[in-house]
Amino acid sequence: MVQILRSLGDRSLRQLVDLERGLVNREVYVNPDIYHQELEQVFTRAWLFVGHESLVPNPGDFFQSRMGEEAVILVRDHKSKLHVFLNTCRHRGMKVCRYDEGNARLFTCPFHGWSYDTDGRLVGVPHFKAAYREELDKSAFGLHEVAQLCNYYGSIWATWDPKAPSFPEYLGPYAEGVRWCFESLDGEDAGVELFRPVMRWRLPCNWKFPAFSFDGDTLHGVTTHRSINVAAIGPQGERKDGDRHPMRAAFPETRYEMSSRELGHGGHNSIYELPGVAEYVDTWQTEPPEVDEYYRKAREKKAKKYASRYLHGGGALVFPNVNIQEQRILQWHPHRVGITESWRLFQVDKSAPKVVKDAQRRYMMRYAGPAGLTESDDMENWNYAHAASSGTIAARIPYNFQCGLGHEFTDERVPGMTLNFGIAEENQRSRLRRWLAFMEAGSWNDLYPVKKD
Amino acid sequence: MSPEAMQRSLERLLLQREIEEFVAMEAELLDERRYNEWIQLMADDIHYYLPIRRNMRFGEQEREQSSADSEISWMDEGKRILVGRVRQIMTGIHWCEEPLSRVRHVISNVQIVAVRGDEVEERDRFIVYRNRLQDEWDLFAGKREQVLRRDSETGWKVAKRTVILDQNVLLAKNITFFF
Repeated sequence: MVQILRSLGDRSLRQLVDLERGLVNREVYVNPDIYHQELEQVFTRAWLFVGHESLVPNPGDFFQSRMGEEAVILVRDHKSKLHVFLNTCRHRGMKVCRYDEGNARLFTCPFHGWSYDTDGRLVGVPHFKAAYREELDKSAFGLHEVAQLCNYYGSIWATWDPKAPSFPEYLGPYAEGVRWCFESLDGEDAGVELFRPVMRWRLPCNWKFPAFSFDGDTLHGVTTHRSINVAAIGPQGERKDGDRHPMRAAFPETRYEMSSRELGHGGHNSIYELPGVAEYVDTWQTEPPEVDEYYRKAREKKAKKYASRYLHGGGALVFPNVNIQEQRILQWHPHRVGITESWRLFQVDKSAPKVVKDAQRRYMMRYAGPAGLTESDDMENWNYAHAASSGTIAARIPYNFQCGLGHEFTDERVPGMTLNFGIAEENQRSRLRRWLAFMEAGSWNDLYPVKKD
Repeated sequence: MSPEAMQRSLERLLLQREIEEFVAMEAELLDERRYNEWIQLMADDIHYYLPIRRNMRFGEQEREQSSADSEISWMDEGKRILVGRVRQIMTGIHWCEEPLSRVRHVISNVQIVAVRGDEVEERDRFIVYRNRLQDEWDLFAGKREQVLRRDSETGWKVAKRTVILDQNVLLAKNITFFF
């Protein structure tokens, strides 16, 4: 099924995304009609990352989150069940919760006083007898809840579409890689909590600029981030030439671009030649020795757990717009045409001692976010790439997505994945492929099970 | 006014002027991109802290600012990382500061809160305007809570700077300058 965009005459989306030749029309990123179509076709259907159970540990706890453009509330109700509600009163739409986080017995709308229990039921309507004559069916006007919610090893995901496959099915070959990103360092499932608060900031570009290139753009590292080594922000300080990444022990592995061509998810992941995990190399030279000790002990325990397993794969961008890594979650929300709201959340072992949590936290703050020495340079690129692509003539010139085109391959050790050399644009092509499928789909019937082209 | 009271008033006035001149001089160094000189004004034990601010219910304002003890802030670092930031800008290839932004610090409402030996606890308020390339601009307002320490070479050094920015979601694509 092919979508016709009125604003572009009789050209179809398929003509704008030519993955055979690796040419993508810039309208895909800058056209306002396409942006609005994404909100409809992608963000009402996909599974979206909402938060983590550690953000709402007690009954009544709530945390403001977001799905696409829209504000949602992550809530743990009085019976300890988790919910995700659209943050809008069923009466006239006013936000029922304007606090970033907290604990509540009820959400009371400041407009006309409609009150909702933490499980979403409308329980209080002022003037119910006198004005409504008890004719209002309260049971039909509870807070609007997501169609499906999944607590995936502590991480919370939701979708508005009742026909979406289950979240593990949605992840496909990345189900384990994402699971690992919520393990503690020693390999315990659901062993992390998130730091608070969430970093949130605005970025003048389409959400796909960062979302579709992150963890699929090794090409940019050497040029964009060239200035960072002089700052030596890695946990090892000046060692290793001031590299911003921590030290890693050698382990027989090869890193590839890996993605699910059918589902869109993908990252930089490894195929390992040996089972188990690499030995720990002292890394935290800029912190007290207890930090390295903790990491070392955790690694030893993890080595025992995975002694006979090949840990191929890892974290990735989960289509459409959240990148899940072991210590960092990066999310790019569509905010308006040409504006993205970027979020950063950071995992840490629940049971780590304070000295370890502090070391982790300080490293993430100097690395990530708008004041992070690494990420700040990315913002400049995405800002001005979008701006320079918006003109009438600029929009006629396609982007080049040809790196590694035609050199993709599969490996039986990672079924369901398409691989390419570690420096390629294969992941970006996979994401655009899936994006096209979502944009053309009439419903989830067109999206899953995945039909081969 | 007794002579003793007059003496104290004058000392207070002179200290106020001295602090204001230091704050103005520091802003000048930043705005003129004299970062190598500016970093000399940061004490070796400086704590530079820029918390994130939350929207909290009335009565829960003590949780409004992210905690330096356990939470995530925009910046929470010491001299080593500040030196790193200056080095990064001075490479000339830190793309978000290349070409360099035009930054203007307007510091006002300088108050001396306390004097303890050679340290002065100070508060001031700022408007920082950043303008970049053709028409990109950001306007930041906030407050700085500082500890300034006398120094034989530079007059004063900054031992602690807490920047209370008047924003929740950061309405800028990055922070690549110093408040």
